[in-house]
Amino acid sequence: MSSDLDVFVGNTTLIDEEVYRLWLDGHSVAEAVSLVSPVSPLSPVAEAVARRLRGGVLEREGTSVAVLQSDTRDHYRTFQMLERLLHAPPRLLQQLLFQIPPERQALLVQRYYAFDEALARELLGKKLSKGTKKELDEVSARTGVGIRSCRRQFDNFKRVFKAVEELRGPLAENIQQLFLLPPALARDYAAIVFFANSRFETGKRRLQFLSFGDFAACAQSMMAHWSQGALAPEAADPDGDLPKSFLQDLKELKVLVSDKDLLDQHKSLVCSALRGKISVYNELEANFKALSRALVNVGGKLTHARDVRDFFVDLVEKVIEPCRSDKWSPGDLRLFLTHYTAAPRNLPGFRHQALWERYMAAISACLLRMYHD
Amino acid sequence: MPGKLKVKIVAGRHLPVMDRASDLTDAFVEVKFGNTTFKTDVYPKSLNPQWNSEWFKFEVDDEELQDEPLQITVLDHDTYSANDAIGKVYIDIDPLLYSEAATVISGWFPIYDTIHGIRGEINVVVKVDLFNDLNRFRQSSCGVKFFCTTSIPKCYRAVVIHGFVEELVVNEDPEYQWIDRIRTPRASNEARQRLISLMSGELQRKIGLKVLEMRGNAVVGYLQCFDLEGESGLVVRAIGTACTLDKLSNTSAFLPACNSPSKEMKEIPFNEDPNPNTYSSGPSTPLKNQTYSFSPSKSYSRQSSSSDTDLSLTPKTAPSPQGPRIFLFPSSPTLSCDSPHLKKSCLLLSGSSVKPLHCSHVSPVVLRKSVSFTEELLLAASGMGSGSAGKEGGPFKTLLRQQTQSALEQREFPFFTLTAFPPGFLLHVGGVVSARSVKLLDRIHNPAFVGIMGNTRSYKLLDWNSFNSDEPETRDAWWAEIRQEIKSHAKALGCHAVVGYSESTSICEEVCILSASGTAAVLNPRFLQDGTMEGCLEQRLSWQPGFFSIGSEKGEVDFFPQSQDSSSLLGIEEASPPGCGFCHIPYDELNMPFPAHLTYCYNCRKQKVPDVLFTTIDLPVEAIVVGKGCLIQARLCRLKKKAQAEANATSISNLLPFMEYEVHTQLMNKLKLRGMNALFGLRIQITVGENMLMGLASATGVYLAALPTPGGIQIAGKTPNDGTYEQHISHMQKKINDTIAKNKELYEINPPELPEEIIGSPIPEPRQRSRLLRSQSESSDEVTELDLSHGKKDAFVLEIDDTDAMEDVHSLLTDVPPPSGFYSCNTEIMPGINNWTPEIQMFTAVRVSRLSNINPTNQTLNKNFNDLCENLLKSLYFKLRSMVPCCLCHVNFTVALPEDELVQIAVTAVAITYDKNQALQANKAPTEKSQQRASTDNEEQLQFPLELSSDPLSSQPFSPAKEALEGASSHTGIPAAQRATSLEKASPLAEGYLRHRSVPSGTNSTVSVVKMTPLSFLPGAKITKYLGIINMFFIRETTSLREEGGVSGFLHAFIAEVFAMVRAHVAALGGNAVVSYIMKQCVFMENPNKNQAQCLINVSGDAVIFVRESELEALPVPAPAAAAQPAGSAGDVTT
Repeated sequence: MSSDLDVFVGNTTLIDEEVYRLWLDGHSVAEAVSLVSPVSPLSPVAEAVARRLRGGVLEREGTSVAVLQSDTRDHYRTFQMLERLLHAPPRLLQQLLFQIPPERQALLVQRYYAFDEALARELLGKKLSKGTKKELDEVSARTGVGIRSCRRQFDNFKRVFKAVEELRGPLAENIQQLFLLPPALARDYAAIVFFANSRFETGKRRLQFLSFGDFAACAQSMMAHWSQGALAPEAADPDGDLPKSFLQDLKELKVLVSDKDLLDQHKSLVCSALRGKISVYNELEANFKALSRALVNVGGKLTHARDVRDFFVDLVEKVIEPCRSDKWSPGDLRLFLTHYTAAPRNLPGFRHQALWERYMAAISACLLRMYHD
Repeated sequence: MPGKLKVKIVAGRHLPVMDRASDLTDAFVEVKFGNTTFKTDVYPKSLNPQWNSEWFKFEVDDEELQDEPLQITVLDHDTYSANDAIGKVYIDIDPLLYSEAATVISGWFPIYDTIHGIRGEINVVVKVDLFNDLNRFRQSSCGVKFFCTTSIPKCYRAVVIHGFVEELVVNEDPEYQWIDRIRTPRASNEARQRLISLMSGELQRKIGLKVLEMRGNAVVGYLQCFDLEGESGLVVRAIGTACTLDKLSNTSAFLPACNSPSKEMKEIPFNEDPNPNTYSSGPSTPLKNQTYSFSPSKSYSRQSSSSDTDLSLTPKTAPSPQGPRIFLFPSSPTLSCDSPHLKKSCLLLSGSSVKPLHCSHVSPVVLRKSVSFTEELLLAASGMGSGSAGKEGGPFKTLLRQQTQSALEQREFPFFTLTAFPPGFLLHVGGVVSARSVKLLDRIHNPAFVGIMGNTRSYKLLDWNSFNSDEPETRDAWWAEIRQEIKSHAKALGCHAVVGYSESTSICEEVCILSASGTAAVLNPRFLQDGTMEGCLEQRLSWQPGFFSIGSEKGEVDFFPQSQDSSSLLGIEEASPPGCGFCHIPYDELNMPFPAHLTYCYNCRKQKVPDVLFTTIDLPVEAIVVGKGCLIQARLCRLKKKAQAEANATSISNLLPFMEYEVHTQLMNKLKLRGMNALFGLRIQITVGENMLMGLASATGVYLAALPTPGGIQIAGKTPNDGTYEQHISHMQKKINDTIAKNKELYEINPPELPEEIIGSPIPEPRQRSRLLRSQSESSDEVTELDLSHGKKDAFVLEIDDTDAMEDVHSLLTDVPPPSGFYSCNTEIMPGINNWTPEIQMFTAVRVSRLSNINPTNQTLNKNFNDLCENLLKSLYFKLRSMVPCCLCHVNFTVALPEDELVQIAVTAVAITYDKNQALQANKAPTEKSQQRASTDNEEQLQFPLELSSDPLSSQPFSPAKEALEGASSHTGIPAAQRATSLEKASPLAEGYLRHRSVPSGTNSTVSVVKMTPLSFLPGAKITKYLGIINMFFIRETTSLREEGGVSGFLHAFIAEVFAMVRAHVAALGGNAVVSYIMKQCVFMENPNKNQAQCLINVSGDAVIFVRESELEALPVPAPAAAAQPAGSAGDVTT
């Protein structure tokens, strides 16, 4: 006696958090095979059942595998029907099909859009295209995130990206509004969109020590200080694109390294301020010009898309690595950056003070965040 | 022109993409009522159109208002080709027609398409201006309130309970019309949906007319059903109980004021003609021509069956008061009618002359035989059967009966569809009465027509109506027969009324089993008579003196030899203790209609009670119960040979009595196994399939303190010599005894020890294995004189004479009790639990299983069926485990046999949580009315109740502090800011949501929460207003079954859609809950090879507004419900 049809529908939609997690995670075939059960080994439901069995539901509730399967299938069907709505969370709030308490709706959305940082790290700066999606198999293998889950998360990134690509105003807020995400999660998505938009290179070996969190923090500082919205909230361009005029203006800063006098004065100002205050004073004195050149040139290159990609590579290669080899402590770096940024104020003939500080604010934040092992 | 219907189409949202090129839709709306159609402008290129139309006004008869649904069709405009339909919304405007219900229908409705399901939503506002209609010959019955609830609705008082009303209308099923071959499935489905909507409206209107005629103003316990008879048509029938209700708040108003036409009705002098209007319904719209009805309020409507009633084998000793048998020829009653009938009778003449021929064809005797057998066996086994009526029995009882009979007998059928009654209404309960009849649908085609044409197929091309106009009479006659049967059974039990009455059908191909069942009862006449009815008043005056005289001389001497004075005799019925009065036998013990075993009532010790009591009603609130109740089911399969027509009907008829007997034995055994002595809410469903019959009986077992302690179950073996066998038997006996003991503990059945009783020794000496062996409760001395009758009956002895019997015993023991923390019952309230918390979860579960046996036997089928039910229950317990401790209430199983080897089981029930701590105290206190009330402070303890309990009323920010506290779990309607504070986990959403509010878009229009429950009440809440009946019928079809997730995916989505549409309609009426919700039909058909499936679902319930009891003080003046409706405008930031 086999059940052809087996459904359970509640007036209030039942959401089992455990099953939802299993559904979101996707499943590996290996797990399903380990289950001694009549269900076809490839079905995701079987895997979920297997997981639940391992979780000890059976012992806890004194129920049978058949019951567990039926329950899991019900939940899976519900989630599949909900998925369409989860693609546009405001619709989840408005829809009439499922009666779900608000806190459950929030949970559904939050969990659906939560992502594995390892995966996000892999995808940072990559074009969210079909090609990238095809490479997800490798990503899945590298990160240990199930392939189904990888695809879902990738689709989430892409969906968010598409939705806010053309919108004006602050990225994170737009995302938060359109997808009803918690602020922190919305900021992370903003970072992903920002990276995907500017296509920063993050995959180089020398950048491997940087986590998703590091990059997200950098993206946030860059958006916070550099984007048009940072100056004029009603700005016309989306935050994801760095304003062209600003990038153009950055070329003006080259004077700090190209003008020998300015460079020397800058150095002496910084060195006098830092003498005795940092442990690596000698190294600083020796490397100041190289550092300053690197810091200023990174900005100067941002007008060319190809050079933009190398932004983080340059920072690491030309600033972080030299400092690290000279055994700067993070405190040293912080002090240096503070004074390095502040010093031009006292430079005679330097007219780009505001621009400089705006530029350095983001660069300093990035560097400090990235300066670790 | 008594009514003006006004409709405004505000906006749409989330419409499907109809134009692939632009990914957009050019939507417009057609609003249709009757034959008038209005259109909105096309709103180009949007998935969220804002039509904001003018008010479309329809000026219509109130008759039309009652019959017709408002039909709203959303279409996609296409310049070059035909406009594509997106979907439809049918709105039943009936709730707007009575003054006390809703005043406006306004809200978002899901746009439904029978092929694609829900496709977006549409915001509609509907109003009705109703003018008074003084025409006494009017056809409408606006103002009569309808309730699905099978008790007196909570905010009303019953002034008079008039009695049974019924009606049926018949039409051809559009699915089987010739045109169906050329039209699309969508068109066919929509024709069907519309027709059924129309027929329900008409049916309701006609019932309403009958109620007005009886001078009532409401129908309670309204149950409407569809019989999909396939080729032979579509029957919509309804039964209910006519009442005069009085709103509790204003006691002065007797009848609904203002627009209600019933007020006018009162002023009309009483017309002698019982049915001045019903017959004269002329066709006022073309559509109405298609549906004919016949109201069988008088016995002469039974003409088609009149010739066979005499041949029935039922022992009908009590003559029917109207004596229908005198009409031997169908034509005579119609001719004897009053003038209004003339038209009708002329119509009938053509058919009636051929009728005798029809009768000889059908051989109705064969078909009807089952009914009588069935009934006798069932009742005899239950210990409360039929047999001969106690005509010359106790004069006292007879008198008593007469007193109410006088009131009841003017009605043809003294039936009540109610299952719960006002205190004092129910005096005695006799037992379950039921009747079944097997009919061949094939034969109902008008015999006249068959005679003329000689070809049953060709009629489809002809005008159906002219030939089938008298078809409803056939159906009416069938039901009248069965009701007559029920009535006579009730009489045999010494009862003059039947309560908890219901009717059902099971159809397979051309065979139809009609079933009716109820509980024979003696009622208090006080509620049945309308003081204004002179006839009744007279009778009341006339019987009273007679009652005194005879009662004092005979009743005292013969029946109450102990110490009853005449004063107690006078008011004996009222004087009997409320907790046990209904258990006292209504029949005469010296002339019992069946062998029963009586004892003195264990509560009052004055009157006799039976040893077990089976009823179809809810447990009376005043009943004294020991411990808790539990769901008891008997399940049974019987193989049947495939056969055609009459042979098939005959074989079913022959099987039925055995099935009933077996079902009954199972119930009895399972009841004993749980140590209980009474069943409430008994519902026996016999389903017919092509090659088998299935029986499923559900009831709630309880231990009534008034009834004797049930004995145990004794196993008797046939081969006493065999040592190992004997060992086996004793082992089994031990297991049974253990189970009984365990169950007693589980259900907390510890009846108070009575001095002369020996409780807890249900095991007799193992040596005694004679068939006469019975169990022991009757060791009390008072009953010794009655012990003589014991030999006749051995319901407690299970005799194991072959392996089958062995398996029966095994199956008895396979019923697993629910996991701890769960209780279940199929009645409204769980006996023994009275501290409900407000969390409820209504659900529907459907399973279809294939019986895969190649050579099935009754045994294997039984086991399969049993497993199916048990597994279903198990999975319900598992799913609802987060609600523990909770009780599944109103567990309603329906079985269908859609195909050869398929069994479909649908369950609808509600899980209600209760407070465990208080349960302990509650056990000690007798069951009270307060069962329905949950203590208010429980609400705050619940952190995250599963069910949203937000109601529009509470969304008014009257007590922000309190709401903030509760808001997280129970309010969606409160301002987001407040909610955000209470939502810790969920704050992100709330924040995001908050943002949206600042955006000038409509994204913030929250969906108001609507609770659904099959019960008539909501725990911890007070129903403040009934908004009208919800009665919806949907068809869903798919031609891409696999793509929609297979049968399960398809049905899952459909059921969710049905819930959504019910909720949307309730919300639009301004309500926040549906009570007495029932899924009356769920017909699922699949054709996996063609990748197709179709499903029909019919649901109904009462839309209400409820207020949490805790909020009642905070909200002295309920805010108008309409204010809580979501704002009309909406947009979407995504576009």
